[in-house]
Amino acid sequence: MRAARRLGGLPVCGCAVLLTAQPLNRLTAQDTTAIDRGVRIGIIYRPGVRPGLVILPRKGGGLDSVRAIVARDLDYSDRFEVITLPGGDSIRLATPGSTGRTTAGSTRRATAATGTSVAQGTSLNYPLYQALGADFALDVTAAGDTTVATLHDIAAASVRRSVRAHLPPPGDADFRQAVHRLADQALQAALGTPGIAATRILFVRDGKVYQIDQDGADMKLVSSTDRQAMSPAWGADGRHFAYMEFQAGKGWLYLQDMGSGKRMAVSTTGTALDFTPAFSPDGQTMAFSRATEEGTDLYTINIKNNCCLRRLTVGRFSDNLSPTFSPDGQRIAFVSTRPGLPQIYVMAADGTDQQLFAPFDYGVTGSSNAPEWSPDGQSVAFHRDVAGTLQVFVLDVRTRTVRQLTSVGRNEDPTWAPDSRHLAFVSDRSGYRQLWIIDLDTGRIRPLLQQSGARLPAWSPRLSEAPSSTP
Amino acid sequence: MKSVSWLLVIGLGVAVAACPSNPPPQNTTPVIDTAAENQRVRDSIAAAQAEADRLAREERDRIARQREADSLAALSRNAEGVRNTLAAMIHFDLDKSNIRSDDMGALDQKVAILQANSELRIRIAGHCDERGSDEYNLALGNRRAQSAKQYLVSHGIDASRIETQSWGEERPLVDGHDESAWSQNRRDEFEIISGGDNLRRPS
Repeated sequence: MRAARRLGGLPVCGCAVLLTAQPLNRLTAQDTTAIDRGVRIGIIYRPGVRPGLVILPRKGGGLDSVRAIVARDLDYSDRFEVITLPGGDSIRLATPGSTGRTTAGSTRRATAATGTSVAQGTSLNYPLYQALGADFALDVTAAGDTTVATLHDIAAASVRRSVRAHLPPPGDADFRQAVHRLADQALQAALGTPGIAATRILFVRDGKVYQIDQDGADMKLVSSTDRQAMSPAWGADGRHFAYMEFQAGKGWLYLQDMGSGKRMAVSTTGTALDFTPAFSPDGQTMAFSRATEEGTDLYTINIKNNCCLRRLTVGRFSDNLSPTFSPDGQRIAFVSTRPGLPQIYVMAADGTDQQLFAPFDYGVTGSSNAPEWSPDGQSVAFHRDVAGTLQVFVLDVRTRTVRQLTSVGRNEDPTWAPDSRHLAFVSDRSGYRQLWIIDLDTGRIRPLLQQSGARLPAWSPRLSEAPSSTP
Repeated sequence: MKSVSWLLVIGLGVAVAACPSNPPPQNTTPVIDTAAENQRVRDSIAAAQAEADRLAREERDRIARQREADSLAALSRNAEGVRNTLAAMIHFDLDKSNIRSDDMGALDQKVAILQANSELRIRIAGHCDERGSDEYNLALGNRRAQSAKQYLVSHGIDASRIETQSWGEERPLVDGHDESAWSQNRRDEFEIISGGDNLRRPS
């Protein structure tokens, strides 16, 4: 976790790029400086901007796994400098629980979403943690059958908030998601923004769809047949997903319930090669690609009433595929080969007003594919062929400028986290294809999955409840 | 001497008889002879013809029997040959779906086989190499399958006899990450759906 701080030494040139190239933009991170000339890139890393956070170690109590998961979640949020205490417990001068209640007055402010809470045993040596650079300290303790996460505001020398949760026992299928939600509540308490700890990522490996927690734990097979599957996509409620399955020479689209595992074929599918399903934000509509004798075109279908197939594009001599809805549901970005090579286009959700979205130089820019609109609506991530290999790009929707995000190895199929600042993507930078996650604000990159062969990731929305417990 | 006289008399008699004092019988007799001769010739021709026909028939039968014997003996080999010709893959350039000129001969052979086997129905599956985008390759594979179908249809094959599908890059023929593997993986595969039990050779 200290490594995160060392990033500060890296991007000197990034700051230089920033000065000359672009006004400060949200999407300014870059995983390397080795980028072709003429492509606007940038790294901003502003040391000290991110608040320091200490996860207080405790001896015993049986919550080590909870503490470890929460600490990793908050680290992976890339919103804190997670500070590892050099001496472990020895730094902790005041013993928790039984003795001091020196800051009792401030604990009265503590509230929790889950109901009543009073921070217990919260005496901290605030000046010491302040000296270590901490802005927050998180204390995870057990109180009977509940787990209490207490967030201390170091500068204010007080408890900011206390969150209580009834965690299932470790090993329970819902245990980790419950801990992730606790971490998200702590992050919300500290920064006022929702986290992404309680999210999952679907991906394809060996023709099957798997899910995995955003921290790389709890990988699980979710597709239910031995047929080859592709292109998983989340419903906006996080309780359903869609995917395509090869069957008897056709491509079938299926909707599957996350909790029960029950699936049903989308009506009208099975007659052609249907692929790349995408849900509208209101969950009413599915957009998808259909390959026929005329080529590949985009269609929508009402999945609530299983009706009303509608054709959005008429390609004839070009292909149109890979739809992705804007978060307001008004527009669809997609891939079209109408300029010769595939490029990123956009249209109204009813198929009108089709136009180029991501600019390109005719005859120079390579193929662009796999667009995904960010949950905040500001960006569209996609990949583009750069000198024979694929790289992840981000389109700024307002200015319609593109930014190359990766340059090490082959990088493709980006998918947005619900915070619109993390992307999961496929990269072979380590020698084989696996899933990686990049934080666009800091440029920090981590592997999500060590196994090779993972591809076509799809990041879930925030999962408020464990879907498996509410089928 | 007396025998000499007899010989002379006979000789004269023969000479008298031979002299052209009696033309009509001389004329009529050859006419009758010609008709009979013609008839005889016709009969002999007919007989020869019949014989020739018989021989030809026997030869035909023999050839047919031989061919049947051949095909019975080598049915699997012949059908296999036709089958292999039908299944011969065609290949594509990077990110292209047009039929290459060096593959037109292979497609022409498939046209002939499809014409000689009217019950035959096939499926064409388009494939791509691993370099492109996974999902785009489904569209590209579809284009490649459609290209071959259009070629066959434009050469007289009923479109309803040909199904198409695309596997994108999901079913590589050759594992590998170089141009040799890629070029083999950019292909159309041809598969018999039905009517492939007794494949006839195109004549």
